[in-house]
Amino acid sequence: MPNISFYFQVHQPYRLRHYNFFEIGESPFYEDIDANRSIISKIANKCYLPMNSLLLKLINKYKGKFKVAFSITGNALDQFTAYAPEVLASFQELVKTGSVELLTETDNHSLAFLYSKKEFKRQVALHDEKIGKFFGVKPKVFRNTELVYNNDLAVAASELGYEAVLLEGADHILGWRSPNYVYSPVGAKTKLLLRNYQLSDDIAFRFSNKSWGEYPLTADKFANWVVNSDGDVVNLYMDYETFGEHQWADSGIFEFIEALPAALFAKKGISFLTPSEVVKKFKPVAELNVTNSMSWADVERDLTAWMGNDMQRDALETVYRLEEGVLKTDNPEIYKIWGRLQTSDHFYYMCTKWFSDGEVHKYFNPYGTPYDAYINYMNVMGDFELRIKANLEGKSAKFATPVSVLLEEEEELAAPVKRTKALAAKKEVKNTVVKAAKSPVKTETAKTSAKAAPAKAATKTTAGKAVEPRAPAKSAPAKAAKKETVPPKRTTVKR
Amino acid sequence: MRILMFGWEFPPYLSGGLGTACYDMTKALAHKGTKIIFVQPKVEGADKIRIAKGLTLRSASGQNVTKVSEKLHSSLTEFWRRNVDIRNVDSPLTPYATPETYEDYLEQLLKDKRYSELREYSSSSTVLNLRGGYGKDLMSEVYRFSYAAAAIAIELANEYDIIHVHDWMTYPAGVLAKQVTGKPLIAHAHSLEYDRSGDNLNPQVARIEWEGLSKADKIVAVSHYTKNLIVKHYSIDENKIEVVHNAVTRASFAKQFKVPELFKDEKLVLFLGRITFQKGPEYFVEAARLVLDKLPNTRFVMGGSGDMLLNIVRRVGQLRMGDHFHFTGFMNRQDIERIYAMSDLYCMPSVSEPFGITPLEAMTSDVPVLISRQSGVSEVLHGALKVDFWDVKEMANKICAILSYPVLAAEVVKRCQQDLKSIKWENAAQHLNDIYSQTV
Repeated sequence: MPNISFYFQVHQPYRLRHYNFFEIGESPFYEDIDANRSIISKIANKCYLPMNSLLLKLINKYKGKFKVAFSITGNALDQFTAYAPEVLASFQELVKTGSVELLTETDNHSLAFLYSKKEFKRQVALHDEKIGKFFGVKPKVFRNTELVYNNDLAVAASELGYEAVLLEGADHILGWRSPNYVYSPVGAKTKLLLRNYQLSDDIAFRFSNKSWGEYPLTADKFANWVVNSDGDVVNLYMDYETFGEHQWADSGIFEFIEALPAALFAKKGISFLTPSEVVKKFKPVAELNVTNSMSWADVERDLTAWMGNDMQRDALETVYRLEEGVLKTDNPEIYKIWGRLQTSDHFYYMCTKWFSDGEVHKYFNPYGTPYDAYINYMNVMGDFELRIKANLEGKSAKFATPVSVLLEEEEELAAPVKRTKALAAKKEVKNTVVKAAKSPVKTETAKTSAKAAPAKAATKTTAGKAVEPRAPAKSAPAKAAKKETVPPKRTTVKR
Repeated sequence: MRILMFGWEFPPYLSGGLGTACYDMTKALAHKGTKIIFVQPKVEGADKIRIAKGLTLRSASGQNVTKVSEKLHSSLTEFWRRNVDIRNVDSPLTPYATPETYEDYLEQLLKDKRYSELREYSSSSTVLNLRGGYGKDLMSEVYRFSYAAAAIAIELANEYDIIHVHDWMTYPAGVLAKQVTGKPLIAHAHSLEYDRSGDNLNPQVARIEWEGLSKADKIVAVSHYTKNLIVKHYSIDENKIEVVHNAVTRASFAKQFKVPELFKDEKLVLFLGRITFQKGPEYFVEAARLVLDKLPNTRFVMGGSGDMLLNIVRRVGQLRMGDHFHFTGFMNRQDIERIYAMSDLYCMPSVSEPFGITPLEAMTSDVPVLISRQSGVSEVLHGALKVDFWDVKEMANKICAILSYPVLAAEVVKRCQQDLKSIKWENAAQHLNDIYSQTV
């Protein structure tokens, strides 16, 4: 009779706004803040908050016997911080119970491992650091983006000190063998935990499917399936958004989860284990040799969802070709944007496989067609590359991130006070210039500049004086006009 | 199955999109064993010509109507009195005329001697002569065609099972033929008055179109787009309408055209079609200006002619891009193939396009295509880039993307080739045969 181990994936990409060709070199602002914020808050209400509180309730109810694991990407954590701090707090509360384990992955949910080992390591370290900062724990188990795996990944994870790596229990690597055991990789010390896709997908994909022969799925029925499985542990790995978002609340998914622990505990001998507990408790039964990269996506369980066509490969090669330039800039802002542009979702949107998994792909896609996804991404990359170049050439390459734009907008709101200050400052400048002009030590250049300067300053002060009380209002249109050159920034923030 | 078809165009006698479609369609049908007599206004030098096994072309011009039944005469008079103000039967309509030009023509024509002669033809002559085409006296041609074609329908009554008519010019003939012979009528809608004139519908043409579509036992629309327009504008029961998409026969090009050496670093974006409002040429021009600001090494070519040409030329001058925006006028087949070979993108920004065969032709030459969502062909082209015709900025964005990202162009061509595999006249003919069987 096997044990049971839940792990939930929490991820949200930074979706790009519609960025057209004509903005290349004009607008350094790429993200669709509105969409990202509203999606986060929508999913927070449908899934993260209700499910977190349900899990907390179960953990408290079963006094530490009910356990789960999470992998929360850096992208998700950063967006929670910005748009839904209450979600972050509820995850922190869960981790505090001691019954919730956190895993490490690449901070940006990227495919870096396949393109740059150096960047891969940077992102893993970054994620570890973020987990430490937010939750005060150090993960011991690694899961790569979309469970992308090959022998080399096990070696890399091993070198980074992780005790185990998660991967898909795909038929093509297991053959007749069961996923319900711990395995070992080729050439590395770390252990392998395999996803039981049958039982995982019964919950994640089939739960509310009325044409499924097993519908409706009850906790008792599912508990029986687990009990009747072979092996040491049934690994149930799935997207956290399964609960309330992919499977809506009215499907009964929350009630199912609430009833599941009792149904399982009724069968004596079953325990909930976290991935690191599984590793501690069970020895590997055999070695798994995975030479071709695999993942948990689509029926093929390969990489074609992200790298299946030339547009995807071109986009991926483009983003990793920039690595050298990004490194040279050593600019944290550029690093941050580069990381977010590596998120695997961008490439998933460009997928042209419209056959068996077309529906799943469409559901998650903000673009009408793969072409639109590619065009938009490449336009953004076009601008980003220009900014890296400008930065390396010593020109300023300003980036507007959500936060800095918001700050700027706030500044604008608080403008009246600031502007009067600015006027005062200008007056002072004028005085010093005039003083300089009067000073006996004069060179030829000083003379000309001094001549020009008072005149300029004078017009400014008269304007300021004449309409003193309304001065800030008057200067506002000027500033607005200046900002007009970056219209998307304004509209996006305002909406 | 034996079909009597009425059409207005058939190659080599005047062939626009309608003629090409009729030719390919009848050939594919004949290949499947369907027997077709295709009646068109005029066949040069003969009464009829055998085109292929089971496919005969028959001329309406020269048809003797002296001995036709009294029933046809009364039906004919009644039809035209009902649908068109009889005083305007010989009216100077062209299918693509605008209301302003209509008034001018009318005035001119009333001074014209031929006008009265034409009328005599239709009232007293025993042999009807037609010229075909889209002359100034199109409506009177349509009137005479309906007379002659209906007479042919009576004469050949034992040689066909179904009457199948193509577009409004042949609808009166179809309605009359059905009335006097009692055979079922299929009206094929290749384009509608709405497509040609937008909201400035010609009331007579619209009236004839409505009558033809209403009286037909079955309607075949070239796209869902057209089907929806029929339902919307003519309140026709949608269950009566079948959609049979047009197709394209892969052209076997006689020659490989080489791109001139000096031209190799330049990009060429092509617009090909009538320069009229429904093809959206002005949106293409505005998009071109945006593209040239970003990618100056680009040329735009507008092939074809039409009533908006002068306005478009003026606008191109106003935007100061005449050195990068070229007009070729009407192009023959060889020049079209040559320009395809030079093109990096084919653009069809149609405002309203019942089907739109040219993107398919461009695709057979491996040119990537960008088409408006307001076209019937976009229903079958999943691989094409698409844009709303009015969204000039997005159109320019996509043109720039195709010219800048070769991987995208290659992907579009590849996926369009996949689409082409299923867009075959053979399939369309099969579908039509099914419709024929349901109709008898």
